[in-house]
Amino acid sequence: MKREVPLFLTAVIGTFMILSFFVPHQIVSVPAQFLQLTAVIVVACGYLLGGANVLRVNLVAIGRQEPGWLYKLLLVLSLLATVTIGAIEGPGFLDPGRRSRWIYDTLYSPMSATMFGLLAFFIASAAFRAFRVRTIEAMWLAAAALIVMIGRVPIGEALTRFLPVPLQLPVIQEWIMEVPQNAAKRAILMGAALGIMATGLRVILGIERAYLGGED
Amino acid sequence: MTPLQNLGRIDRRWLFLGMGILVLIPLLFPLHLPITPTATSIAFHRAIANVPDGSTVLMSCDYDPGTIPEMVPMTRTALRQLWEKHCKVVITVLWPGGPGLVDRVVAEVAAEYPDKKYGVDWVNLGYKPGNEAVMVLMGQGILTAFPYDYRGNATRSLPIMQRARDYADFPLLVSISAGYPGTKEWVQQVQARFHLPMVAGVTAVSVPEFYPYVQSGQLIGMLSGMAGAAEYEVLRKESGEASRGMDAQSLAHVFVALCIVLGNVVQRDVRRGDGS
Amino acid sequence: MSFHPSPDLSVWIAAFITLCIFSFLYKDNPFYKFAEHLFVGVSAGYYTILNFWTVLVPNLGEPLVASFKGHGVSAAKHGMWAASLGDYRGYLLIPALLGLLLFTRLVGRIGWLSRWPLALVIGAYAGLKTTGFAQGDLVAQIEASLQPLWTANPVTTINAIIFTVGLLTSLLFFFYSREPKGAFGVVSRIGMAFLMVSFGAGYGYTVMSRVSLLIGRFQFLVVDWLGLR
Repeated sequence: MKREVPLFLTAVIGTFMILSFFVPHQIVSVPAQFLQLTAVIVVACGYLLGGANVLRVNLVAIGRQEPGWLYKLLLVLSLLATVTIGAIEGPGFLDPGRRSRWIYDTLYSPMSATMFGLLAFFIASAAFRAFRVRTIEAMWLAAAALIVMIGRVPIGEALTRFLPVPLQLPVIQEWIMEVPQNAAKRAILMGAALGIMATGLRVILGIERAYLGGED
Repeated sequence: MTPLQNLGRIDRRWLFLGMGILVLIPLLFPLHLPITPTATSIAFHRAIANVPDGSTVLMSCDYDPGTIPEMVPMTRTALRQLWEKHCKVVITVLWPGGPGLVDRVVAEVAAEYPDKKYGVDWVNLGYKPGNEAVMVLMGQGILTAFPYDYRGNATRSLPIMQRARDYADFPLLVSISAGYPGTKEWVQQVQARFHLPMVAGVTAVSVPEFYPYVQSGQLIGMLSGMAGAAEYEVLRKESGEASRGMDAQSLAHVFVALCIVLGNVVQRDVRRGDGS
Repeated sequence: MSFHPSPDLSVWIAAFITLCIFSFLYKDNPFYKFAEHLFVGVSAGYYTILNFWTVLVPNLGEPLVASFKGHGVSAAKHGMWAASLGDYRGYLLIPALLGLLLFTRLVGRIGWLSRWPLALVIGAYAGLKTTGFAQGDLVAQIEASLQPLWTANPVTTINAIIFTVGLLTSLLFFFYSREPKGAFGVVSRIGMAFLMVSFGAGYGYTVMSRVSLLIGRFQFLVVDWLGLR
């Protein structure tokens, strides 16, 4: 029951979803649509489960007064406040003027944006300290990176405007993207597609069972 | 120790400072470097220009605040081009962090067109989780996937949705996407399955991955990150945030390129010093 | 240049939090930790309540309650089990039950029940992804690769030949069943060169993407917060 039922469900539903791609008849399309809707609802429940788990893990840490527990208390309080305010405000909780909208615009949005903005600094640092050209292959990589980086932005055109068109950085950059880069990327796409198809079939056939977790 | 070897031991915070200054200065004192549109941006602009006036277009804004500088300018400019053609726009959001941001962006642009009415000329269907499952579900009935829109209206009652029941009702899909789920999934599940013509605005990090789709015709146009957004603004003769950021982008790229070159020069000097 | 700081308290709070996060560049500190934990808490809370109001209520709760009264999307049909395309009424008890089973993951002894809804999701996505990748990434890409190698335009001809050589050698590079020696080794090395060019281009675009995000934050601080124009 513990493993057989899930494996059976995966096999049946996976096969049915593949079948729905080829068979437009109602006898397949109606259950297929129902399954897609069920998947959407279960994924939404998964987000609620995630929120509950964050709460559980951090409450345990606060209870034990682990190092940094005050920060975890802030985490829990902000989580509960966001959920409570959103629950009280109802389906229009993100409408302009609502407290939940204020939390989104003033806290969530800038923090989310800034976390990603930090990466630019680390890219510069990593470029100086870790980007080493020691082999011919690394030389190809570095050459392509430098040409694309400079050729794709206005300064690339400004610096090479006086050269013949085929030697201008933006033109070379575009050629790199359309020909050699495209060829290699297409090979990777096709190879990855074969891999995903193989893995998908392995999951459906029950050969790949990692998603079931532990022994029991 | 040689000066170059000393340079190799530089505290990385000096590099952070250098990057910060080179990004900040052009924002305060613009260099006005010229922006020339590339072929994929021109194709994106042309694809929307070729949409019949007054038709209903699907726009999926699959991003969150983490990619505002790249995605928001594209969204704004695309909306303006569509509304100037009197097209109606059905908007979806497949990223959980996105609905509030997309609603704000669309509302700001809608304020420039007082004749455009919500529910008639545009609708924000809001967010749904499920990634590919939502995309395929929409193909069988958008109203099933989105019984209510972002503002809580029953979608069945909205005039715009009377002519937008499934993908066959749209001449074009505009995908503004920051990752997963996004353009790749729209290509695989919708363009390939329902043969809906598609253009995409994507983050720069995913551009190389989508060039094969452009070459194969699965994407008939593509905006590549903030540079693509800036090119689109130039094509539309607008001066937006993307265009204003390109000077800073240029200097930052030169800085990173110099870091790569200098880092290798320093390393060679260190190795030569160790060898002797 | 004029200096007009924003009078909006929300903008000042957002700017403070932005600077707290940027302070990490100097070193890890309490301001950064404060912002980091606040971000995690707000994000988790926001995702939770968003999915509740945008999915569980309109796609599950309301249709299910209506079905108990015999109503649904289709006004012509009456009855809890009178389902049709897009109108699933009482059958929505199935996803409701599966969603509840997902929460058994938090209870150790009956946690294995959460495998059932997981199996449904895994099966559905395995099926969707298999067909999606097959059609979108394999068939369409092979079709697009079959381009003429000889055209009237010499530049197009050269590009087509380089493209085809690059594609084939890159594909052969991933053929690990054979040792890369002799002629196959030469082909493999050519493929690797194309792949390295591709990775280099990817690096260049990654730099562009990350720098764009920084430019956006600086635009907020400089224009929206300090009003420097």
